[in-house]
Amino acid sequence: MMKFSAFRILKEGLPGNKGWTPHWRNPDPKPAYDAIIIGGGGHGLSTAYYLAKNHGFTNIAVLEKGWLGGGNIGRNTTIVRANYFLPGNSEFYSHSLKLWENLEQELNYNAMLSQRGILSLLHSDGQFYTAARRGNSMLIQGDDARLIHRDELREMVPYLDYEQSRFPIKGALFHPRGGTARHDAVAWGYARGADQRGVDLIQNCEVTGIDIENGKVTGVQTTRGTIKAPKVAIVVAGRSSQVAAMAGMRLPIETHVLQAFVTEGLKPIVDHVISFGMGHFYISQSDKGGLVFGGDLDFYASYAQRGNLPTVEEVMRAGMTLMPALGKAKVLRSWGGVMDMSADGSPVIDKTQTKGLFLNCGWCYGGFKAVPASGVATAHLMATGRHHQMADMYRLDRFQTGYRLMDEEASGSQHNLH
Amino acid sequence: MRIRCPLCGERDRREYYYQGDALALNRPDADTSDHEWDDYVHNRINPVGQTRDLWQHSGGCGAWLIVSRDTVSHEVFSVELAKARQEGTQ
Amino acid sequence: MRLAGKGLIDRNSPIRFSFDGSEIAGYRGDSVASAFLASGRKLIARSFKYHRPRGVMGVGSEEANALITVGSGGETDPNVRATMQEIYDGLEVRSQNRWPSLGFDILAANDLAASFLTAGFYYKTFMWPRAFWEKLYEPVIRRSAGLGKLSGEAGQDRYESAFAFCDVLVIGSGPAGLMAALAAGRSGATVILAEEDNMFGGRLNGDTTSIDGKPGHIWAREVCDALAGMENVRLMPRTAVVGAYDHGTYGALERVGHHLSPTSNVPLECFWRIVAKRTVLAAGAIERPIAFRDNDRPGIMTAGAVRTYVNRYGVAPGQSVTIFCNNDSAYDTARDLTDAGVSVSAIVDSRADGPDFADAEVIRGAVVMGTQGRKALRSATIKTSAGPRQIATDSLAMSGGWNPTVHLTCHLNGRPTWNAEKQCFVPTAGAVPGLVAAGACNGEMTTLGALREGLAAAHVCLDALGLIPAPVSLPQADHAAYRQSPLWTVPGKGRAWLDFQNDVTVKDVQQAARENFVSVEHMKRYTTQGMAPDQGKNSNVAALAVLADATGRGIPETGTTTFRPPFVPVSIAAMGAGGRGKGLLPQRFTTSHDVSVAADAPMDESGLWYRPAYFPIAGETTWRQSCDREVTMVREVVGVCDVSTLGKIDVQGKDAGPFLDLVYSNMMSTVKAGRVRYGLMLREDGHVMDDGTVARLADDHFVITTTTAAAGQVMRHLEFVLQCLHPQMDVSLISTTEQWAQFSVAGPKSRTLLAELLGLDLSNEVFPFMSCRDLEVGGVTGRLFRISFSGELAYEIAVPARYGESLFTRLLEAARTYGGGPYGMEALNVLRIEKGFITHSEIDGRVTAADCGMAGLISKKKDCIGKRMSARPGLSGAHRMQMVGLRSVEATQTINAGSHIFAPSAEITPANDIGYVTSNCFSPALAAHIALGFVVNGTERLGETVLCHDPIRGVSTRCTIAHPVQFDPTGDRGRV
Repeated sequence: MMKFSAFRILKEGLPGNKGWTPHWRNPDPKPAYDAIIIGGGGHGLSTAYYLAKNHGFTNIAVLEKGWLGGGNIGRNTTIVRANYFLPGNSEFYSHSLKLWENLEQELNYNAMLSQRGILSLLHSDGQFYTAARRGNSMLIQGDDARLIHRDELREMVPYLDYEQSRFPIKGALFHPRGGTARHDAVAWGYARGADQRGVDLIQNCEVTGIDIENGKVTGVQTTRGTIKAPKVAIVVAGRSSQVAAMAGMRLPIETHVLQAFVTEGLKPIVDHVISFGMGHFYISQSDKGGLVFGGDLDFYASYAQRGNLPTVEEVMRAGMTLMPALGKAKVLRSWGGVMDMSADGSPVIDKTQTKGLFLNCGWCYGGFKAVPASGVATAHLMATGRHHQMADMYRLDRFQTGYRLMDEEASGSQHNLH
Repeated sequence: MRIRCPLCGERDRREYYYQGDALALNRPDADTSDHEWDDYVHNRINPVGQTRDLWQHSGGCGAWLIVSRDTVSHEVFSVELAKARQEGTQ
Repeated sequence: MRLAGKGLIDRNSPIRFSFDGSEIAGYRGDSVASAFLASGRKLIARSFKYHRPRGVMGVGSEEANALITVGSGGETDPNVRATMQEIYDGLEVRSQNRWPSLGFDILAANDLAASFLTAGFYYKTFMWPRAFWEKLYEPVIRRSAGLGKLSGEAGQDRYESAFAFCDVLVIGSGPAGLMAALAAGRSGATVILAEEDNMFGGRLNGDTTSIDGKPGHIWAREVCDALAGMENVRLMPRTAVVGAYDHGTYGALERVGHHLSPTSNVPLECFWRIVAKRTVLAAGAIERPIAFRDNDRPGIMTAGAVRTYVNRYGVAPGQSVTIFCNNDSAYDTARDLTDAGVSVSAIVDSRADGPDFADAEVIRGAVVMGTQGRKALRSATIKTSAGPRQIATDSLAMSGGWNPTVHLTCHLNGRPTWNAEKQCFVPTAGAVPGLVAAGACNGEMTTLGALREGLAAAHVCLDALGLIPAPVSLPQADHAAYRQSPLWTVPGKGRAWLDFQNDVTVKDVQQAARENFVSVEHMKRYTTQGMAPDQGKNSNVAALAVLADATGRGIPETGTTTFRPPFVPVSIAAMGAGGRGKGLLPQRFTTSHDVSVAADAPMDESGLWYRPAYFPIAGETTWRQSCDREVTMVREVVGVCDVSTLGKIDVQGKDAGPFLDLVYSNMMSTVKAGRVRYGLMLREDGHVMDDGTVARLADDHFVITTTTAAAGQVMRHLEFVLQCLHPQMDVSLISTTEQWAQFSVAGPKSRTLLAELLGLDLSNEVFPFMSCRDLEVGGVTGRLFRISFSGELAYEIAVPARYGESLFTRLLEAARTYGGGPYGMEALNVLRIEKGFITHSEIDGRVTAADCGMAGLISKKKDCIGKRMSARPGLSGAHRMQMVGLRSVEATQTINAGSHIFAPSAEITPANDIGYVTSNCFSPALAAHIALGFVVNGTERLGETVLCHDPIRGVSTRCTIAHPVQFDPTGDRGRV
């Protein structure tokens, strides 16, 4: 196992970088495993990693129909934060952020977590109250939050339009520990860590059926043959409805496109993550220099991984309202991810009615920052049969019973409004 | 993206509001089971491919529309007025 | 160096511009790049990672090296392609991504450490010590990364957006595009011909090929003249079609003013949404560089670009040009150079069967294995069958063949198809519905073939449109076959660049493969290949070939990454045109707006409306003073408030009653004409959507009100219930929010005031609480409602909006005679908090009727939207938070909205968090700080003391839990 460090770079670089070894193996699937994780995205890879590390499961496989990290972890806007305010979400994202803070040392992989701080802009007294309620939740949870008024904000972020904008800026809710990370590196770091612990990461292996006998899962059918396992987790955000349907389930999920944008490289100008709720707009700048930003869903159910112009233009218009000084930045690339939009905007990590079959879905557009805690919680559930305390409220039956709904956006059961 | 409103003609997506699956048309009776109400309000087949969903021509005539379309290619197959359908049928 | 007698530039119009402060001369028609090369300069930019010296490499928008900054101050425009920027007098150009100067760049030291800065090096280091990442490593990396620099100021440039519609959109105006536009235009189709360049003609302007016996650029000009004469054809130069979207929608960027002095009064850019019934893609092809050692030096260009500089701009890129190719097209460059009197030192052809060339040595079966010269190319080392050879040369024209510009055909997730014969990806037919590709972008590399395909594509479109093609004959043109033999890289020591902009070399791709980043997506992300401003247009296919070779696969099995919009980078300002300043969303003004502003009322926004916060009078210095006075005024005398922003929906029809029974939780069909009832509306998921009043004007006519914020949502919901669930009902709905101005007249004197003003008997007997009626006021028919949001005796009077301002003024005059006056939102809020009336601060979308103490408003006698789901066990009961009133124990201490609620002795932990405060105020009537909030099982906790904890503002307030109605609990004041 190769340990990465500055010394290693020197050692490999001097003779011409010929000695680098694969980040992970390319194993063929075995006929049977102790557990199978369907989905080699961020959540699937972290689940595998923590199953191996925390619970000693090493005879396990991750089945990925495409390439590792090819889902939403490969196409998001990289924001990491713990600024939720409803019970259930608060403790989960708080836990996740703590895992982020130690992730690189744990994985020996630089995911470039950058806790540059998130500013959620406020424009009215009413928004200050709502932000105070949220900020208080964060503080009571043990995380950090601060209300900032305009003058201080102006010092921090001078290039916003404070007065002439359609929504003059009065302040912000500041979450200093929030920030960004290098999204692909998170997937690769977990993949490498899982592989080193013996997990088989099997790419180009699509699950086509889930084998169930007498109410118990026995394995899966794949494009590379039948693979047996007494425990199977569905961790395929974006395609959750299809894979769950293989087990006869219908989920509280509708799939929607969320677009994102990146500009050409620019010298540093945006030093925080800035969220402009009135315009459904958020922006940060990557270490490479591109401004990374996004907005709202395209709002129609879609699996297309691409969007349309109305949302593109709305996002840009919001950007121009907020920060006309960025107008000359040129958008280099736009893309779309497909989101599991759940019926209350919060995820599901739960058992199912089929024994041994587990479900991790419904991340809406907040899945990236959840990756570490989601893996820990799903692995815990698979290994022990009990819900991890910090993810105890992510039950599937909450919609039917009405208990512990976590509707952060307060928009009700219409999936695309969260 | 363009949708042909049966009343107004082909218009840009900007003029339309999207709600969700057309199963919302089939509101269960009050005495139907919890499970069926859960399915009505929350659970979705969420198909990859052809689907029927509800849009409103909110920036135009206000008509609610049943749109048959593809969730991958975005091809629109048909658009009907929700109001034209008889209650109790699909 | 300028070539005599060559070029399509206007030699009678000399132009001067500056580059890094020094003056450069050119002519109208020059780009910055052509004028720069004509001045004999080579070094124009630095590369991204290694800060290598770079010169102009190409001629189009895909330019990989020559990125510059244009302008200054707020108009500073970074990352401009020197190849696309037309020059004008006074144009100010600067180099970028270098410090302190272009010639001497400190970070060029990176190049010496290149062995340690290979693919993905940053994933493997900078992890120790942990705190150093944000403090040291990241800031250094950020500062050295990035290309150009934004000014940080908002400039004065204008941007616009627009829609256009056509039968046929033709993208590109080379031979295929012109032919398609001509055929479609002659046949009567409405045509838009969009050309990215400032000149129509495509490669015809850079080549010397002839069509119908005349030079290609002359033919192109004649066709354009013909098109310009057709009313059904719109020519759009400087317009790049940047994205293909659903159903024939395309995004296009028109560079309207970039070629003009900033003083010209035109927008800089216009972003077009073009809706086309059919589209012809004739976007041409992009020449491939070849990856050989040090292939990035200033002076090394693509062969087609060299040809264009000679033929179109009359510029020789050097004095002694070496050509390195794997195909015949580069021989055209050699011929055009020698025809123009420029020396060609050699043609290095990787093929053993390259053609003959009379005017220069052809070295067959040979490759360039390295180059020399740091800031400008000096010489090239050639590997020949006879051994290595050094050639002195100051310019190297390379051609690895051509890549069809398939990008737009991939924007809807289509994948291109590998053409093994031509060794290139070609569009997959049908990838974008309604789009036909023609010419070089379709893999057809001959001029005649492009003309033929353009004509055929027009016929396909015309056929689909039901138009009869007018006869257009196919011109005579060159049709020599495109002969090439694949050559992607020259193996050997050193670094050979693939992605020039991101400094990705062949070795990086090979290392990625070694580390098992063998999926093309992994390789891209690990090496950043193709992620630079050119998005891999120059390099992706070659990188694929290297990856395929490293993994023992073929190119088609290796696959491609996805081309995504925009085709060329587009400014945020262009796509966001109209958003700056107030443009993002409408501003809604009430009829009393001007009167309120004139009275110095600060205007606050709510649901896009602007409403007065309070009306200060002389001597008041804080909002609280004004607010307290207004509250007392309403409680003791009379106040007037504009409530027009509340949503108003007119509901008519014989089924209006039963319909309202469905959408309101309580019974509305039993409301008698002339009466008003409070109503609660649920979402289907059982939570409260909104509340308001329902006034029955006649048996078949209701007017309902909604909250300001939810007016749109409620209207849509009602239309949904009617059209989708109960289309058989005889009901019509129309929003009349903006048609009626409505004013609250509240306070003990309100009856006297209105009775006098209206000449009506408004006694309790005639017009009791919760009544409504028509009225005449000042000769105008209006409506009067006896409803109260303050708890006082109160009325709301409504008139058609055009009379709103005049009625407001009259009401204020009348109120002042009683010692009353206007009141604003702050006072309105206090009055309703004292009374425990809810707003969206309380019904925030997560609460139920039971939570608000209104379980009784869900009628048991009928079904309603939301009834079934509100009966879910989790939505009511002692475990829920219920609405309560709160009163500060210490009279001077405020209760901040947003506080969380704890038992007084409880440890502050999430588990002990039992509620939150939604709204707070100082109540002058109660002389106390009060609030509304939600507390677990709150209705059973009246009288308990709790702590309202607000750590974010450093406040903790002890409060008593009270009934939500803290003022006039019996409600007598409103019924007098």
